[in-house]
Amino acid sequence: MLQLFWLIPLLPLFGFLLNGLGLKWMPRKAAGWLACGAVGAAFAIGVGALIELIGLPLADRSITHVLFPWIMAGDFHVNVAFMWDPLSAVMTLIVTGVGFLIHVYSLGYMAHDEGFKRYFAYLNLFTFAMLVLVLADNFLLLFVGWEGVGLCSYLLIGFWYTKKSAADAGKKAFIVNRIGDFGVLVAMMLTFWTLGTLTFPEVFHRAQTLLSPGTAIPTAIALLFFLGATGKSAQIPLYVWLPDAMEGPTPVSALIHAATMVTAGVYLFVRASGMFVLAPDALAIVAVVGAVTAIFAATIGLVQTDIKRVLAYSTVSQLGYMFLAVGAGAFVAAIFHLLTHAFFKALLFLGSGSVIEACHHEQDIRKMGGLGAKLPITKTTFIIGSLALAGVPIFAGFFSKDEILYSVFTSQLGGLGKVLWILGAAAALLTAFYITRLVALTFYGKPRDKHIYDHAHESPKVMTVPLVILAILSTVGGFLGLPLAEKANVMHNWLGPWVGGHGAEAPSGAEGAVLHATSHSAGLEVALMAISVALAIIGIWAAWRLYIKDLPRVQELSRKFAGAYRVLWNKYYVDEIYNALFVRPIVDGSRVLWRAFDVGVIDWAVNGTGRVLRGTASYLRPIQNGLAGSYAAAILLGAILIMGYVLLGGWR
Amino acid sequence: MPVLSTIVFLPLLGALAIWMLPMPPRVQRWTAFLASLVTFFVSLTLWFGFERGTAAFQFQEQKPWIPDFGVSYHLGVDGVSLLLILLTTLLSAISIYASFPAIKEKTRGYYAFMLVLETGMLGVFVSLDLFCFYVFWEAMLIPMYFLIGVWGGERRIYAAIKFFLYTMVGSLLMLVAILFLAIAHKNQTGILTFDLLDLYRTVLTPTQEILLFSAYALAFAIKVPLFPFHTWLPDAHVEAPTAGSVILAGVLLKMGTYGFVRFCLPLFPHATLAAVPVILVLSVVGIIYGALVAMVQPDLKKLVAYSSVSHLGFVMLGIFALNIQGLTGGLLQMVNHGLSTGALFLLVGVVYERRHTRLIEQFGGLTKIMPLFAAVFMIVTLSSIGLPGTNGFVGEFLILLGAFGTHRVWAIVAATGVILAAVYMLWMFQRVMFGAVTHPENEKIPDLTRHELATLIPILALIFWIGIYPKPFLDTMDASVRHVLEQAGHPVEATPEGMHGMLWFNQHSDEVEAAVMREAH
Amino acid sequence: MAVPAYLYQVLAAVLFCIGVMGVLFRRNILVIFMCVELMLNAANLSLIAFARALGNVDGQVVVFFALAVAAAEVSVGLAIIIDLFRKKGTVDVEQVSLLKG
Repeated sequence: MLQLFWLIPLLPLFGFLLNGLGLKWMPRKAAGWLACGAVGAAFAIGVGALIELIGLPLADRSITHVLFPWIMAGDFHVNVAFMWDPLSAVMTLIVTGVGFLIHVYSLGYMAHDEGFKRYFAYLNLFTFAMLVLVLADNFLLLFVGWEGVGLCSYLLIGFWYTKKSAADAGKKAFIVNRIGDFGVLVAMMLTFWTLGTLTFPEVFHRAQTLLSPGTAIPTAIALLFFLGATGKSAQIPLYVWLPDAMEGPTPVSALIHAATMVTAGVYLFVRASGMFVLAPDALAIVAVVGAVTAIFAATIGLVQTDIKRVLAYSTVSQLGYMFLAVGAGAFVAAIFHLLTHAFFKALLFLGSGSVIEACHHEQDIRKMGGLGAKLPITKTTFIIGSLALAGVPIFAGFFSKDEILYSVFTSQLGGLGKVLWILGAAAALLTAFYITRLVALTFYGKPRDKHIYDHAHESPKVMTVPLVILAILSTVGGFLGLPLAEKANVMHNWLGPWVGGHGAEAPSGAEGAVLHATSHSAGLEVALMAISVALAIIGIWAAWRLYIKDLPRVQELSRKFAGAYRVLWNKYYVDEIYNALFVRPIVDGSRVLWRAFDVGVIDWAVNGTGRVLRGTASYLRPIQNGLAGSYAAAILLGAILIMGYVLLGGWR
Repeated sequence: MPVLSTIVFLPLLGALAIWMLPMPPRVQRWTAFLASLVTFFVSLTLWFGFERGTAAFQFQEQKPWIPDFGVSYHLGVDGVSLLLILLTTLLSAISIYASFPAIKEKTRGYYAFMLVLETGMLGVFVSLDLFCFYVFWEAMLIPMYFLIGVWGGERRIYAAIKFFLYTMVGSLLMLVAILFLAIAHKNQTGILTFDLLDLYRTVLTPTQEILLFSAYALAFAIKVPLFPFHTWLPDAHVEAPTAGSVILAGVLLKMGTYGFVRFCLPLFPHATLAAVPVILVLSVVGIIYGALVAMVQPDLKKLVAYSSVSHLGFVMLGIFALNIQGLTGGLLQMVNHGLSTGALFLLVGVVYERRHTRLIEQFGGLTKIMPLFAAVFMIVTLSSIGLPGTNGFVGEFLILLGAFGTHRVWAIVAATGVILAAVYMLWMFQRVMFGAVTHPENEKIPDLTRHELATLIPILALIFWIGIYPKPFLDTMDASVRHVLEQAGHPVEATPEGMHGMLWFNQHSDEVEAAVMREAH
Repeated sequence: MAVPAYLYQVLAAVLFCIGVMGVLFRRNILVIFMCVELMLNAANLSLIAFARALGNVDGQVVVFFALAVAAAEVSVGLAIIIDLFRKKGTVDVEQVSLLKG
C-alpha cells in the first residue's frame, strides 16, 4: 500500500474524467457513487499507507515517488513527484476522510439539483487538486494544486451560474486568490534564484546551510508566501472572498471553505517551516496578522444574520488562530488545530446545510427558531460542533486551541506573544458567544416563521450519518494531542520531528521546538487552560442568557449601540472600501487609458501621418495639370540643370 | 526528399490549382484543406526526424539563386523554428477547415490566398538566406491584405490598409538594414553573401550594430506587436474574417518575436544588450497596458486582440531576459499563445456565426444554451490566463522565472499581469456565459457543431499535453536556445554588470555545490 | 573663304532654341510637332558640323540614326494626333489635360 500512495490523487482525477467526459451518458446515481467511491478508495489507500509509514523507523519516514519529469530549462528542474511523510499523510487523510463524508452528504443535499453530475465531477476535481497540493514534493507542483483548488472553488462557488451573485462571488474568489498567487509566484522565483531548486528536501537543506537567519532574503520569501496564504486562507487583507463564497452549495462550503482549501496556506507554512524559521520577523508578522484576523472576523460574526455567513467569518477567525500558531513557531499545534477545525467546522457547515434544506433554502436565522424539536440529530451534532469550536473540554477544539494559546504565550515572541495571547483569548470569548448565539437563534426559542417551522423535517440518513461521524470525531479527535503528557501526545510525536527546521533529513530527536523561549511549564499551561475555559463558559453563558432568555434585550442593545452594530453588520465596509480604492479606479482608469491614449495619442499619430501625406499631396497635385507642354518645359528645365551641373564639373 | 521545400511550396501548388482550375466551391475548399492537411503531416516528419541535442540547422537545402548578388536559396530548421513550423501548418489546416461555413462568396480567391499565405509564413520560418527571408516576409503581406480587405468586417478597408502600411514601413527599414549588413560583410571578407550562417560571423562596430538592430527591431516590433507600435492589431484582428484572425494571431505575430531570436540576438549581441532596458520597459508596459485596455473593451474580438498585446509582452520579456529559462519560456509561450488565442478567435467566430455581433452586451447566460461551448471556452480561457496544468502556465512561469533572474523588479511588475489577465478574461466570461439569459435572440442558438468541435479538439489536446508533459517540446528547443544565448548573451567585458547581476545562488554556485557535497558525506 | 566651324554650332543652337520656344509656347499640336522636328534637325546640323570639323564620319552615322528615329516618331505622332483630333475635336494643347492629377 505504501508503494501505491501515488495513486491517491489519481483516483479522484479518474472520477472527474469519467464524470466529466461522460456527463451526458452517465446515469445520475452512478455518477454520485463513482465520485464517492473514488474518494473513499483514496482514503483507504491513505490509511493503509499511513499504517505502513508508522511501521517505519523515524529516519525513513519520507518516501518520494517520481511520476515523470515536468519542466526542465537550464538549471531549473522540477518533477511531477509525490512525497509521503507524516505531514502529508495527516493532510491526505483529512482531505480524503472528511472529503468522503462530504461527498456522501452531497448525495442527499444535491439530490434534487439538475447539475448533480456536474457537481460531483467538480468535487472530484477539487479533491484531486487538493491532494496534489499536499502530496507535492516541490513548490511548483504544490502551486499547481494551489491554483487548481482555486479553479474548483471558482467553479463550485459559481455553481448556480444563472444567479448573478453566485457568478460574481466565484469571480471575486478567483481574482482575490490570484493576487495572493502573485505573491507565491514571486516567492518561488526568489527561492529558485537564491537556492537553485524548488524541491522541498533540497530547499530546506540549502536554506539552512546557506541563508543566515533574519536576513532580507528569507524574510522576503516568507512574506511573499504569506501574501499567497492570506489569499488562499482568507486572512487580512485578502479574506473578502470567503464570506461571498457562501453562494455555493453548502457541502462545498464545508469541504472547500472550512476543511481543506483554506487550510492550504497553513499547510504551506508548516511544510516550509524549515525555511521560515530563518525569518523570525516574518513569522512575527504572520502571528500578528493571524491574531488580528481572528478577533476581527469574530467581531463581524457576532451580528451576521445568515447562518452560513456566521460560519464563514468563524472560519476566517479560526484560520487566524492557525496562523497565530505558525507565527509563534508552534507548527504542530497549527496542524492539530487544522485537524480539529476540519472536523467541527465541516460538521457545523453540514449541519447548517441540513437546517437550510429543512427550511426550504432559507438561510436567515431571524426566520428560524425552535428547530431543535424538528431536527434532533442535526441539533445534537450541531451543538457538539459548537462546543468543539468554543473550546470546551473534552471536545476537540479545546485541546488544539489551548495548545496554540499556550505556545503563543511562551513563544520566542516574548512580550508580543503575551499581547497576542490576549487577542487570542478575547477572540475565544467572542467565538463562544457567537456560536452559542447561532445555536440559540436556530434551534431554540419560539419559531419566528410559522411556515418554515411547519415544513421543517430532519434530513435523510445519507446526510445525518456523516453528521454523526463528524460529531464523534469532534469529540474524541482532541485526544490526539493531549497536553502535559509528552509520551501520549500523538500529534507531537508524529509530526514534531518533521517540522520547524528538520525537513526531510533524519531528525535529531532532541529539541524539536526551536522557538520556545521558556521550557515547558506544566503549571503555566494549566493556568492558561483554566482561563480560556473560563472565557468559553462566560461567552456561552452570556449568549445563552441573551438570546434564549431575553430576546427583546437584543433589540434594545442593537438600538443603543446602533452605530457599532451597523459597522459590524456591514463588515466594517471593507468591500466598499476596496471597491472605491482599487476596483473602480482601475476599471475607469483603463477606459480613459484606452480612449485617451490608444485612440487619442497613438492612432492620432498614425492616422495623422496619413493626413499629412494626403495634405502634402494635395499641394503638389496641381503640378500635374495634364498639359503636355508644361511637362515638356519641366523636362527641359531639368535637363539644363543637370547638364549645367555636369559641365561645370560637379560630377567626378 | 527535400522536405522543407515540399512543406513550403505544397500550399502554393494548392493555391495555383484552385486559382487556375475550374472547380465548384465545394471542391475548392476541400482542395485547400487537403493541401494544408498534407503539409501538416509532412511537417510531422520533421518532428520525428529532428535530432534533439544539437543546435545545427537540420534538413538544410541550399541552391545558388542569384550568384552575382550572393543570394542563395537556403532553407533549414532548428529547435527554434521547428515548433513554429508545426504551429503554422496545424493552425493553417484548422483555420481553413473552420472557414468552410463562414466564407460563401469569392471562395476561389479566399482559399488561394490562404494557401499562399501559408507558403509565405512557412518560408519565413525556414529561410536561412536574408534575401529569401525578405521575399517570403513581404509575400505574406499581400494575401493578408486581401483577406482582411475583401472578406472582412465593416471597417475592413481601413484595417487592411493600416495593417499593410504599418508593416511595410518596418519592412522597408529592415531591407535597408539587410543590404547594409551584406555590404559590411563584403567589406570585411570580400565576399558578398546574404547567407545567414555566414553573416553571423560578421564583426560590426557598436554603432553599426545599434543602427542595424534598430532597423530590424522596428520591423519586428511592429509585428510582435510591441507597445507602442501595436495599434494596427486591434483593427486588423477585429475586421479580419475568423480564420484570418486565427492565422494573424496564431502565426503572424510570432514572426516578430521569431525575428528577434533568429536575427537580432545572434547578429547584434552588443546592441541587444544595450537595448535590453528599453525593450523590457516596453514589454512590461505592453503587458499591463494591454491587459488594462482589454478589460474595458465592449467588442469581444478587440478584447482578445488586446490580450494578445499583453501576452506577446510576456514573450518579449522572456526573450530579453537573455537566459535559458526566459528564452525557453518565451519560445514555448509563442506556441502556447498561438494555440490558445487561435482557439479564442475560433470560439468568438462560433458565436459570431450565430448572432452576427461581437458585442459582449449582446450576450449573457450562454452556458445554459451551449454547455459544450461553455466547457471548451472555459478551458481555453484558463489556458489563456495561465492556469497550472495548461500550456500557458509552463510558458509564463519560465518567462517570469527567467526575467526574475536578471531583472527582479521588472519581473515582479510583469507578474501582476497574471492578476490582470484573470480579471479581464473572467469578467468577460461571466458577462458572456454566466448569469441569466438577457436577450431572447440568444435562446435558440445551437451548441457547437461537430465541424466546429473538430477544429478545437487538436488545440485542446495540445493545451493539456504541453501543460502536463512539456518535456518533448522543451527538449526540442534546448540546444538551439543555448546556442542563441551563446551568440547573444556573452558580453565582451566580463564585468559584474555584464553578468546581469544574477542573484546569490549563481554567484556562489560553487559554494553551494561544495556545501551540498559536504552534507552528503 | 571657309565659314568658321563655330558658326554652324551657333546656327544649330539658335535653331534649337527657336524649336524649344515653339514647343513651349505654341498651342497648336501640329506646330509643336514641327518645332520638335526643328529641334531634331538642329541637333543633326550640329552633329554634321562637328563631323566635318573633326574629320570623323561618326557624327554623320549618328545623323542617319537620328533621321530614321525622327521619321518613325513622326508617323506615330501624327497617328496619335489624328486620333486625338477625332476624339476631342481640337488640336489645342491647352484643352487636352486628360492626365491631370
